[in-house]
Amino acid sequence: MTIDELIEEFEELADWDDQCDYLIDLGRELPQLPAAAKTEEHRVRGCQSNVWLVPELKPGNPPRLEFVANSDAIIVNGLIAVLTILYSGRTLPEILSIDARAIFTRLGLERHLSSQRRNGLFGMVERIRQLAAAAQGPAAS
Amino acid sequence: MNHSATTTPLDPQRIRGDFPILAQTLPKGLPLVYLDNAASAQKPRVVIEREREVYETFYANAYRGVYRFGALVEEELEKTRVRVQQLLGAAAPEEIIFTSGSTMSINMVAAGWGRRHLQPGDEVLLTVMEHHANLVPWQQIALERGATCRFLPLTTEGRLDLDQLDALLTRRTRLVALTGMSNVLGTINPVDQIVRRAHEVGALVLLDGAQSVPHGPMSIRACPVDFAVFSSHKIYGPSGVGILYGRRDLLDAMDPLLMGGHMIDQVYLDRSVWAGPPAKFEAGTPPIAQAIALGAALDYVQSVGLEAIARHERQLLESAHRQLSEIPGLHIYGPDPAHKGAIVSFTLAGAHPEDLAQLLDRRGVYVRHGHHCTMPLHDWLGVAATVRASFAMYNTQAEIDALVAAIHFARAKLHLSD
Repeated sequence: MTIDELIEEFEELADWDDQCDYLIDLGRELPQLPAAAKTEEHRVRGCQSNVWLVPELKPGNPPRLEFVANSDAIIVNGLIAVLTILYSGRTLPEILSIDARAIFTRLGLERHLSSQRRNGLFGMVERIRQLAAAAQGPAAS
Repeated sequence: MNHSATTTPLDPQRIRGDFPILAQTLPKGLPLVYLDNAASAQKPRVVIEREREVYETFYANAYRGVYRFGALVEEELEKTRVRVQQLLGAAAPEEIIFTSGSTMSINMVAAGWGRRHLQPGDEVLLTVMEHHANLVPWQQIALERGATCRFLPLTTEGRLDLDQLDALLTRRTRLVALTGMSNVLGTINPVDQIVRRAHEVGALVLLDGAQSVPHGPMSIRACPVDFAVFSSHKIYGPSGVGILYGRRDLLDAMDPLLMGGHMIDQVYLDRSVWAGPPAKFEAGTPPIAQAIALGAALDYVQSVGLEAIARHERQLLESAHRQLSEIPGLHIYGPDPAHKGAIVSFTLAGAHPEDLAQLLDRRGVYVRHGHHCTMPLHDWLGVAATVRASFAMYNTQAEIDALVAAIHFARAKLHLSD
């Protein structure tokens, strides 16, 4: 799914009830990390529920950053699915240019996220951006 | 509001009419089911109007001007102080100090009493069920003073394990700080018994009354704690104001945490002499309108009657326990209703507490999820988080039914099977 398709999907949802149901569906379909991958190293701080994010830099020209992330909360998994659509498999400059906050506002999700969940969500965004910046190296950043 | 004798059962429908916020209908026509009262209670009209009245008719700073408004503010603040004194059964109004809330009150004792009186090797006895506000200040002052915090453990059903008391409460114990009622398990603690045993070994007792004071009568005369704290916002009063009770001789032998205006008798360039309590502990401008309106909240609570409130909440609690226990996979933490106040914390197998709370919100049912500022208790329970429903005088049987229905809604949304 592309970002535009995702925005289209959300526009068809009438209200938070429908959005929440959709997030639950997305969350249930999220690829699962093996238990062994849920380590302290992969844990994302700032989340109220546990979140683990396992990145993989795919070499190539240009290289792309892929990741699988999981939470133990299903609605958070739905939000992770949204982040996966936004970020996973993109080139490093693409990742660094995406404004996740603006897209979440456009999806109409901002208002339904508590400050703690928002912190957790943008903690994940921060982690992804750091990984991309580090992979790009100091010369390019 | 004209609720008569404390012995008559309260009528929650009539009570609800006194709380403007409860009258609203949420989007989609859902009624508001507010079950987060242990976090903060809603305010009756008399409290809201009292606060407004202060601002609209006689607001000024306190204890400053000789003009009429200043005198009125002072008079009304002192009336609230006396009301609190009566509520707690304290010996004198100067034993009642206005603070910003229970957290501030406990910090004031930890810093003001603890820093002066705790010596290396001394012990502070806490319980495993304490809120972080009654744990972290003691932990930190103990670290600073070379003292040790010890913890009374719980029985498997979530009550204090009094069999361990003799081993933990010794001549080394300088102070016991405990909650009157667990903000997670709801457990009502035998404070009078702890006070007796603590005083036998020469230890003081601080009661964290944030949860217990709004839910039942207490009396310092009958149960002579040395310090007690509670928050206005949990007893239907405004936020931003709380109470510290301290026995007069202890307040005299305690240092102020905050220093500044109003709390001094004399200031020189190189030293200062403190005023006596309560001024000594009330530096700066107090929460004026809020403290005055707390008086209105206490009048309101008194007019309904704390015993009637406790009885009503017990009925809700028993009903909630009965109905929640029937839900597949639902586990309630804490003792049976006979030993607890109006709080039910639970988990639902297969549901993350955050998901559950968020789905209950979609049915207009407001509950809290998380560790409820009791991480050590949750470690003891062996879960990272729970969902908590907590009741107040205005909650109804129909709202317990709505909670149960909302949990079934969440179970369906999360595809949980029986």
